[in-house]
Amino acid sequence: MAGLFALANPKRFLAVSGALLPWLAASAVLTLGTGLVLGLLSPPDYQQGTTVKIMFLHVPAAWTAMMAYGLLAAASLVGLIWRHPLADVAAKSIAPLGAVFTVLGLVTGSLWGRPMWGAWWVWDGRLTSFLLLLFLYLGYMALWNAIDDEIRAARAAAVLALVGAVNLPIIEFSVEWWTTLHQGESIFRAGGPAISAVFLWPLFLSGLGYTLLFFTLLVIRIRTEILERRVRTLLLAGAA
Amino acid sequence: MSGFFAMGGYAAFVWPAYGVSALLLGGAVAATLRAYARAKARLAALEKP
Repeated sequence: MAGLFALANPKRFLAVSGALLPWLAASAVLTLGTGLVLGLLSPPDYQQGTTVKIMFLHVPAAWTAMMAYGLLAAASLVGLIWRHPLADVAAKSIAPLGAVFTVLGLVTGSLWGRPMWGAWWVWDGRLTSFLLLLFLYLGYMALWNAIDDEIRAARAAAVLALVGAVNLPIIEFSVEWWTTLHQGESIFRAGGPAISAVFLWPLFLSGLGYTLLFFTLLVIRIRTEILERRVRTLLLAGAA
Repeated sequence: MSGFFAMGGYAAFVWPAYGVSALLLGGAVAATLRAYARAKARLAALEKP
């Protein structure tokens, strides 16, 4: 934790993240590329045929979208309690990325659901709670834009993010609590993954690739926001 | 090769999924890099003596 706080100084963040960024970006491209190529070359599933190839996009997108919201809530909590400006910057930078991955999870899920379930959309627990995740991201961004004062905006948005965090376990356990067409957990389950290794490896690599891509973009967005804030400070100092 | 692109009859679902993902992720990368370049340019212009 002490190490995290040491890093949470904008100047030091710029230095450390600047050195890390090329490696982060390269590993994202490498894992995502390998995962998707292996995924496209994987054999058809005995039940789902070739639609199983949508899994290598859908599962990583949905996983990244949920992990991003967990980070958004954590950064919001740190921002609220310790009033740390970099935590606010991080939270603000996460939201649009999280929204993109959520849309991808919804769209690829729909394109998978139509051939396999016979429906683009059903109002069950998993799909509805995941749609709510998108609205939480959009609401968070709208709240930021609606309040001019940076500190007040960050605080109000952080409260929304924390209230919305209750949706995460609902998404996670929705497939156990309610009747649904969506399949249950098949990777992180007792007794090991329930899918074959020819699908598991591409899925693992593509999931890692999505996660690394998210962090690459997040680091760049945080750096952008730090620079923008410096610009605003300089402009204010110049105007005074 | 044409069999690969036909995706066992599911081409209409598999390829749009890959297309949308490439489009949105590519868009996110482009927007992020553009905003970063803009911020760097604005700061450089202000810090110029």
